[in-house]
Amino acid sequence: MANPAGSLVAAVGLLALTSSIALAEGVVHVYNWSDYIDEEILSDFEQETGIKVVYDVFDSNDILETKLLTGGTGYDVVVPTGTFLNRQIQAGVFQPLDKSKLPNIANMDPAIMKRVAIHDPDNKYAVNYMWGTTGIGYNVDKIKERMPDAPVDSWRMIFDPEVVSKFADCGIQILDAADELIPAALNYIGENPDSHDPDVIAKAEPVLKAIRPYISKFHSSEYISALANGDICLAVGWSGDVLQARDRAAEAGNNVSVEYTIPKEGTLMWFDNLAIPADAPHPDNALAFINYLMRPEVIAKATNYVYYANGNKASKSLVDPEVTGDPAIYPSDEVVDRLYVTTPYDRKSQRIVTRLWTNLKANQ
Amino acid sequence: MNTGKRPVAAYVDRQASTPPGGRLESVHRAMMAYRVYRWFALIGDKFGISGQTLVIAIPFIWLLLFFLAPFLIVLKISFAEPLTAIPPYSQLWQWDGETLAIHLNLYNYIFLGEDDLYWRAYLSSIRIAGISALLTLLVGYPLAYAMARAPASWRPTLVMLVILPFWTSFLIRVYAWIGILKPEGLLNLLLSWLGLIDQPLTILNTNTAVYIGIVYSYLPFMVLPLYANLEKMDLSLLEAAADLGCRPIKAFWLVTVPLSVPGIIGGLLLVFIPAVGEFVIPDLLGGSETLMIGKTLWSEFFNNRDWPLSSAVTVILLGILLVPIVYFQRQQAKAAERA
Repeated sequence: MANPAGSLVAAVGLLALTSSIALAEGVVHVYNWSDYIDEEILSDFEQETGIKVVYDVFDSNDILETKLLTGGTGYDVVVPTGTFLNRQIQAGVFQPLDKSKLPNIANMDPAIMKRVAIHDPDNKYAVNYMWGTTGIGYNVDKIKERMPDAPVDSWRMIFDPEVVSKFADCGIQILDAADELIPAALNYIGENPDSHDPDVIAKAEPVLKAIRPYISKFHSSEYISALANGDICLAVGWSGDVLQARDRAAEAGNNVSVEYTIPKEGTLMWFDNLAIPADAPHPDNALAFINYLMRPEVIAKATNYVYYANGNKASKSLVDPEVTGDPAIYPSDEVVDRLYVTTPYDRKSQRIVTRLWTNLKANQ
Repeated sequence: MNTGKRPVAAYVDRQASTPPGGRLESVHRAMMAYRVYRWFALIGDKFGISGQTLVIAIPFIWLLLFFLAPFLIVLKISFAEPLTAIPPYSQLWQWDGETLAIHLNLYNYIFLGEDDLYWRAYLSSIRIAGISALLTLLVGYPLAYAMARAPASWRPTLVMLVILPFWTSFLIRVYAWIGILKPEGLLNLLLSWLGLIDQPLTILNTNTAVYIGIVYSYLPFMVLPLYANLEKMDLSLLEAAADLGCRPIKAFWLVTVPLSVPGIIGGLLLVFIPAVGEFVIPDLLGGSETLMIGKTLWSEFFNNRDWPLSSAVTVILLGILLVPIVYFQRQQAKAAERA
């Protein structure tokens, strides 16, 4: 019995070994957000370098982080958002980027790199892929019908009970992201949105509770199709996602028109970044992939597809004027000045934030 | 591996060459079972274990590997402290060659007792699962009854029809209910077309939608044990009741229902137990106020990244579920004794 079992193990081991040798040369495992790249870029990269791209997607930072903290994911390139990147660096998840293998980093926008450095000091572990804002998506006609002078460019749309109550009947969804909505509520009442002080965080609670009765759902992706289909008329969502809803509605020709605004009081500016896990099996291929994505023409193609701004300065002239001219995607410098960046909560404040959020959602 | 193939191959061969006939088939089935048994006995002999022990041991090994071992890992993590590291929790013991330092963190369990959120979530899950199980029984019993009393030639088809939805992904079936229940969905369109309502009903994103989702998804788990029970029922008992002047409806309550109690309990538990921990249905169909332990566990694990606390929540949940499982086991044992 021992012999056949032993030889079986040996055979499987040998198989694994040969296959890993065969694949080691030419493969890169990428784990990115869903709907976040023009897939032509992947096939172009494969054709040019001979490195095969195994592409896998997620739809929440929490899932990515849980996988990374479990270890041994087998991914070579992952795309965490700034605050998550920050904590994952502390947990020792990533390997420092070998900048000598990333010559295209010269194309990056120093202003964006500086903001990303809040999460990743000296830009040691990550380079920016895309960035965006958290703002307001709305159904133009349904809002106009109910309130012709609706303050669509202000957080009053969401946080002023008198305004938001007018739209309760046509459906309101809010991102299920406590770490984005609590800062937004704090910012609305003039507090520091990035505060980790429990007493300050607590001030967000009455603001959110006052509008809770009008919210139909807290969800981080459903609003895309709900806005596009006209099932809801107001949402707090991510810029590119709302713009995707706008395009889907236009394509469907269902007389739904969706718009996105960056509230004038300022909102969260977030960054999704490319990083390499410490235990990545093919770090060199990962560097080649990241370097490829930093080519101006490549990342411009991605932006044209996903409607998010990228952190690559050299690419801006190559992006469709329609996209660069859209203030919802590339806001003016004046608007950018009002955007804020948040840092990750420590364990204690994280628990307070999650608890506040759970209570809010459960309407307790 | 050859030894393993032989009984099955023999069975298939025999199946192919045997004309259909109940008795012959059962003989072959017994022969096949015997061959499998011989195979186990053969392996057992090599290790000096009797075939019988080996056959009994297999389900135990299965439980050990896929239930007990993972549970012990969860139990271990529930006594750890959360860390920002890989893995995100502390180790329970450290051995430096001389001293063994064991670090048991009981705070997670204390915290669960202090914060009423978890108890509200447990209670609300039990309530939702309990009500859903009863609703499933109300829908499932007539269905199973009709199936069991249908002509024998129809029954396999009917059973097939009950199982058929499983061939479509569970997720897609639950998702489809969004299209039916939403304000401008099929149900509201139908009702307003019939003139029954003039304002669309708000069903999606409420607890009602969760009940509908659970009853729909778990119906086969109720119907199948009930059907198995009702089909085996001795119909001559009903004849006897009729002979003694009992009306069919009364006979149903006095004879059929009491005899089907094991099926009812089995069905209720098969619906109740998975429904308590249900995550997908409340997430897709439920509203934000739908508080269920599955969702609480999710936010503890993914949003707070507190593996130890979520493990503690799981350990307690298992404790809560163990009560009905043990009760069910006892009932079954009793029923077996009576039979």
